[in-house]
Amino acid sequence: MGVKQLGIVGQSVKRRDGIGHVTGQTQYVDDVFYTGMLWLKMVRSPISRGIIHGIDASKAEAFPGVVAVVTAKDVPNNWYTILCLIGVEPNDEPVLAHEEVMYMGEPICAIVAETEAIAAEAAALVKLDIEELPPVLDMEFAISPDAPVIKKWGNNTFMYDGYNHRKLRFGDFEKAIQQADHVIEGDYSLSPIEHAPIETHCCVVKPEPDGRLTVHSNTQALYFTMDNTAIILQVPSQRLHMIGGTVGGGFGGKVDVITEPITCIAAMKTGRPVKWRWTREEEMRKSSTRAGVKMHYTDGVMNDGRIIARKVRSLEDAGAYHRHSPYGVQKHMANLPGPYTIPNVWVDAYCVYTNRQPSSAMRGFGVTEATFAVECQMERIARTIGMDSWEIRLINAYRNGQMRPVRKVVEDATLIETIQAAAELIGYELPAHLKAMSSDDYGGKGGHHG
Amino acid sequence: MESITVTFKLNGKTTAVAIEPLESLRTVLREHLHLHATKAGCGQGGCGSCTVLVNDEPVLSCLMLAALADGQEVTTLEGIGTPPHMHPLQTAFFDRFAAQCGYCSPGMIMAAKALLDKNPHPTRAEIAEALAGNLCRCTGYVAILDAIEDVVTQMQEA
Repeated sequence: MGVKQLGIVGQSVKRRDGIGHVTGQTQYVDDVFYTGMLWLKMVRSPISRGIIHGIDASKAEAFPGVVAVVTAKDVPNNWYTILCLIGVEPNDEPVLAHEEVMYMGEPICAIVAETEAIAAEAAALVKLDIEELPPVLDMEFAISPDAPVIKKWGNNTFMYDGYNHRKLRFGDFEKAIQQADHVIEGDYSLSPIEHAPIETHCCVVKPEPDGRLTVHSNTQALYFTMDNTAIILQVPSQRLHMIGGTVGGGFGGKVDVITEPITCIAAMKTGRPVKWRWTREEEMRKSSTRAGVKMHYTDGVMNDGRIIARKVRSLEDAGAYHRHSPYGVQKHMANLPGPYTIPNVWVDAYCVYTNRQPSSAMRGFGVTEATFAVECQMERIARTIGMDSWEIRLINAYRNGQMRPVRKVVEDATLIETIQAAAELIGYELPAHLKAMSSDDYGGKGGHHG
Repeated sequence: MESITVTFKLNGKTTAVAIEPLESLRTVLREHLHLHATKAGCGQGGCGSCTVLVNDEPVLSCLMLAALADGQEVTTLEGIGTPPHMHPLQTAFFDRFAAQCGYCSPGMIMAAKALLDKNPHPTRAEIAEALAGNLCRCTGYVAILDAIEDVVTQMQEA
């Protein structure tokens, strides 16, 4: 059956929510208002690392218009559990801090009041007694023996099968690098990046007469949020009526289940609807970011352009807590060699903890950073050995049937065909031998490592 | 603080509302008058998502005291078109996929309307200049400029 006969594929479809968006009728979470609704403001750590000796909220509690103060003891299961189901353990992040603070802006207690202004004013009255400790803010320092240990399991990295980094070993790097015509090194780094959605985090929870909670959330992952909120609240998930799906920009920044549990607890404690919306400053400075990353490449390259050995050491800054980073580093490790066939690969990828705002998911996190480094390195190689940018990629591009370093055989490769199509689109005439290449030429004419 | 009464023309209708003296026009529109099309993105004049028209001029309603709107003419996105009678800019934004998450769209459309009301034949550069204070994080600006140019072309042909 041809594509045209399908009737759907290839057809332009109008967005179902488009009319609502352009006429202002779409209801975002901050557009939800209930009669008698209370407002929540968070008291956050003013420092990057310290031990909590006391939280005195008595003045805030007595402030006219304040209805409740929520602290760690109000949280039934005081752990963010977001990735425990895929083995990111042990739990390391409290929903509300009570023993120590690990980053500037860490949530400590919530003020719930009749208006947002009263909540903000009362939040400033909470007295925190925190003994400041020297923070760890640099990744190289964090993994050095001189650094204070900030994680309870005894070092400052995530532990992968007993190692302080995720290892990838394929072929024999040490032997191959000795045989290379060129050894080409490169350092690549990225700063943390904030998603900066135009809509900040927001949650509204209304307690219902039947004991359920109606939860308006701008999470990107409604069921994931429901599961984790239920685990934190220690209630069956059917008690949570989740309403979501309308997100004013997410980009990975709204999957951390960061507003719903506290807002639910505030609504349960007061018996009234509660709204918690973040300020722009909270969104920029407290919400998670893309991780900062430092990568070092050492490549063994032959005069004909073949990369025969690649070693990568990468440090990813998780910030103070796991969030999605240990999983991000796993993806990062798999992508650091790039979409190229290299028979000898060595990767050490570290998920490093520091006293910075936690990093987490953002558009292809782990992968995007690796791609940036790989493609810069391919250019460096091309220029060093005097080969053009097209050829260096095409001769090394992986082919169907080849084994990748992660021990997965390449299937459905399209890199060569994509590069060829890109050349055609910009009107660049590839030489005949590059035009003749195909993802299926492994073991035949074109595959260098065949 | 004692509340005060502000009276202005809102989307063509004379409206009186009791407000706190220091409340912003955005807060009054959204939280007193329940017109939620006008969005809150930053509260500090940085994103443009709260753009409304005051006497046909684009204004960041998060930075304008509602008290200053007294006696003025205020237009929000709700006032320029609703389905099935959408403003040509709304139709063009819909047709051109110029709204992705939609959160910046009300401000974008109002800023564009202010421009076209004054200058029906702007260049693409003039359109971009008029939208310089409006941020979008998803769709990108190309589709938005295309949508507005569509409307300019339609007006030329009409």
